[in-house]
Amino acid sequence: MIRFLARRFALALGTLFVLSVVVHLMVDTAADPLDDLRTSTAPNKEVLIASRVAMLQLDAPWITRYWNWLHSFIQGDFGIAWRSQQKVSDLMVGAVSTSVSLILFATLLALLLGITVGIVSALRQYTTFDYSITFVSFMLYSLPVFWVAVLLKQFLAIGLNDFLADPGVNWLFVIAVAVVSGLFWAGALGGRARRKLVVFGTAAAVTLATLLLIVWSGWLDSPQIGPLGLGVLGAGTALAVTLAFAGLSNRRALYSALATAAVGLALYYPLMYLFYYYVVDWPLLFGLLALAIACGCGVGWLFGGTDRGVSMRGGAIVAAVMAALTFVDRVMQVYPMYYRSNAIHGRPIATIGAETPNLGGDFWVQCLDRFTHILLPTIALVLISFASYTRYQRGAMLEVLSKDYIRTARAKGLSERVVIVRHALRNALMPLAAVIPVDLVAMIGGAVMTETIFGWAGMGKLFIDSLRQSEVAPIMAYVMITGAVAIIANLAADFFYALLDPRIRVNA
Amino acid sequence: MSDMESKDQLSTRGDNAIEIKEVEGLSQGQIVLRRFLRHKGAMGGLGVLALIALFAFSAMGIGPIPGWWQYHDPNRTHPMENNGAPTVTLPEWLGGPGFSLGNHPFGQDNIGLDNFAQVMSGVKTSLLVMVILGLTALVVGVTIGSLAGYFRGRLDLWLMRLTDLFIVLPVIVVGAVLGRLLSIAGDKFGWPREATEFIWANMPVLLALALGLILWPTMARLVRGEFLTLREQEFVDSARVSGASNWRIITKHILPNAVGVVIVNVTLLMSQAVVLETALSFLGFGISPPNVSLGNLISVNQGAFATRPWLFWWPGLFIILIALSVNFIGDGLRDAYDPRTKRIPSQRELEKATRRAAAKIAVSKEVEQ
Repeated sequence: MIRFLARRFALALGTLFVLSVVVHLMVDTAADPLDDLRTSTAPNKEVLIASRVAMLQLDAPWITRYWNWLHSFIQGDFGIAWRSQQKVSDLMVGAVSTSVSLILFATLLALLLGITVGIVSALRQYTTFDYSITFVSFMLYSLPVFWVAVLLKQFLAIGLNDFLADPGVNWLFVIAVAVVSGLFWAGALGGRARRKLVVFGTAAAVTLATLLLIVWSGWLDSPQIGPLGLGVLGAGTALAVTLAFAGLSNRRALYSALATAAVGLALYYPLMYLFYYYVVDWPLLFGLLALAIACGCGVGWLFGGTDRGVSMRGGAIVAAVMAALTFVDRVMQVYPMYYRSNAIHGRPIATIGAETPNLGGDFWVQCLDRFTHILLPTIALVLISFASYTRYQRGAMLEVLSKDYIRTARAKGLSERVVIVRHALRNALMPLAAVIPVDLVAMIGGAVMTETIFGWAGMGKLFIDSLRQSEVAPIMAYVMITGAVAIIANLAADFFYALLDPRIRVNA
Repeated sequence: MSDMESKDQLSTRGDNAIEIKEVEGLSQGQIVLRRFLRHKGAMGGLGVLALIALFAFSAMGIGPIPGWWQYHDPNRTHPMENNGAPTVTLPEWLGGPGFSLGNHPFGQDNIGLDNFAQVMSGVKTSLLVMVILGLTALVVGVTIGSLAGYFRGRLDLWLMRLTDLFIVLPVIVVGAVLGRLLSIAGDKFGWPREATEFIWANMPVLLALALGLILWPTMARLVRGEFLTLREQEFVDSARVSGASNWRIITKHILPNAVGVVIVNVTLLMSQAVVLETALSFLGFGISPPNVSLGNLISVNQGAFATRPWLFWWPGLFIILIALSVNFIGDGLRDAYDPRTKRIPSQRELEKATRRAAAKIAVSKEVEQ
């Protein structure tokens, strides 16, 4: 194992070195630092050109410039971006954190949605539902991200802001959403025609009622979840989690999930007092989340029984959901204040940048501001990557479902839920160990298109701007960081896969 | 004939029996072709793609042959008509005044360029880039993959390290650098005017070649994998024993068996190529005026969305249609080449078959009585 890792590590270093040579040569050739001076009309044009040539050593052969770059890079100096005279390492720190904050959430959301839909689509293979999902995912897969982004900016943002300023019911839209939701649930839950009809009716009616209630009750002016909403959503989550992972007949799991939801509800007011009296920051919130998950596990453990793990897992999931809902509720409470703020001008959904400059306000206002800015780029990113995850997971699930051990599991009389959740799902999720690390690299590399269009100063935008400005140093830093992370991620993917799947030989 | 027997007869016509009967006496190629022709999505995609290509090339002409559209030069400005709005009118049965194209069916932009000519030229560019990029990646990928897979050993090691090198960086990053390289090379190195003009005139072709040279690694990996399995088969051994050269074994014996993987991958690469080229042109590192690209059109016109949305809808629509068609064709090809694909009759077909069988049994019973 150690020998295997050492060999891969040496190869990785070699690849990185060759990469630096090739990319430096390419970027150095593609950069034209004199382009603005060549067409300039300044009287001292020749002097300016000569001074820039001297500054960037443009008269020296390429290898000299590369050697200088390599020399300072090995000493940990990324150099400076010569046009703005800023240190590249300073630029990188900001850019990486911006990119990660933009893409982490979008990737997680796309993974969750894509995997769920892919699995359901595989379970309903060759039904109208499956064909529709296939068509929609092909459609999304073919969408150019820049087109979607411009559309979101010019269409959705303006429409949404107008709507928030003067909420009214657009019947065509509301009924269309209700029908689509009904069709989705009827297709996803499947069954005989009669059952489908009932599911369709229920889902469409619930969607319609929820939408109308949201618009008519004035919820949009001061949105909140509140203790009532928290109770309903918590109980719903508890039921859903138990139904999927343990089955309702497992009473201990059901009671532990419900009890966790109840504890979360009981802690609502104490937490609101805590948020009111203490200055909150991210470490405290993550600490509270960890505490909540620990409590959920604890509740599951207390209910005990022979299958403690299942109850504990259910409790932990419910606790995490309750914590997230409480957080969302607290952020929602500042919305009226945020909406009336002078920096917002009554147009809360932002189309450009990562935050409103000079907004001020406390932690919660900042959170809400981040949310209104991240909304559109996240939609663009999720729409695009959702499609490939769905296709991927559908394929993996179908592959597993045709295996002999699934037939065996069915033949020995296990319930369909156990066959799918315990035997099929776990094995169908395994290939993701090879995909997720590689996708997370894209996170460091930044979403070049999305960042450029929405004006997020992330890694992708840094790269594009530097290329336009003919600045070699930031591009090299970008390439080295992305390359190193990509190599590590591929290594990690191989490693995890070998760890999860004993059939793969590591030392091969 | 008893009830039991007829039931038995039905069950022996299980899924495998149907499958085998259907492909009786057909060659592998015929089976694949038949499966492909039966794939509704792929056929739809093929139809749409053919229509788009026919429409765009016949409208704008190929090379020296002029097309049927009145304006051959997409970069010519025209006097503003109808305030730049599309002049195409709906046919009567759709509630319009009768179908007619008018002078500018897709409208005009703010300096009076004909949007129809621009979009059609853009479609031509996209299709051209798609084909050239696919061919380049095909040639490079198959060559490297088959050499690595067939000869293994040291050659394999080095070729695969080369592949790793290309996979490490996001395609769009390398693409942007190459695109920029193409567009500034003439100015920077002070090349003669003819060279610069040649680059600008052939920008789509050159960009497609450059992008093809960075998109081949997935193809090379897949082909190598196929070769590694196929080279151990008996038919390769027998070819070698009867004195066939390496070249002959690769091209005549192994490659035809790997053709499924190659074709499917090329198709998927092509759909990727359409989106990649438009994205690069949108960023300004791909095809730029006077050459027309759909991505560049969207980039130029994104500010005019509120006043002239048609400048934004038409190019976008064609990008999506092309990419979607190619994706569906790729899906159909994958299903056609995959030996595990089974044709599953729909619920209605099954019910119909059951009813027919039941009727048959009833008839035979009557006859017996």
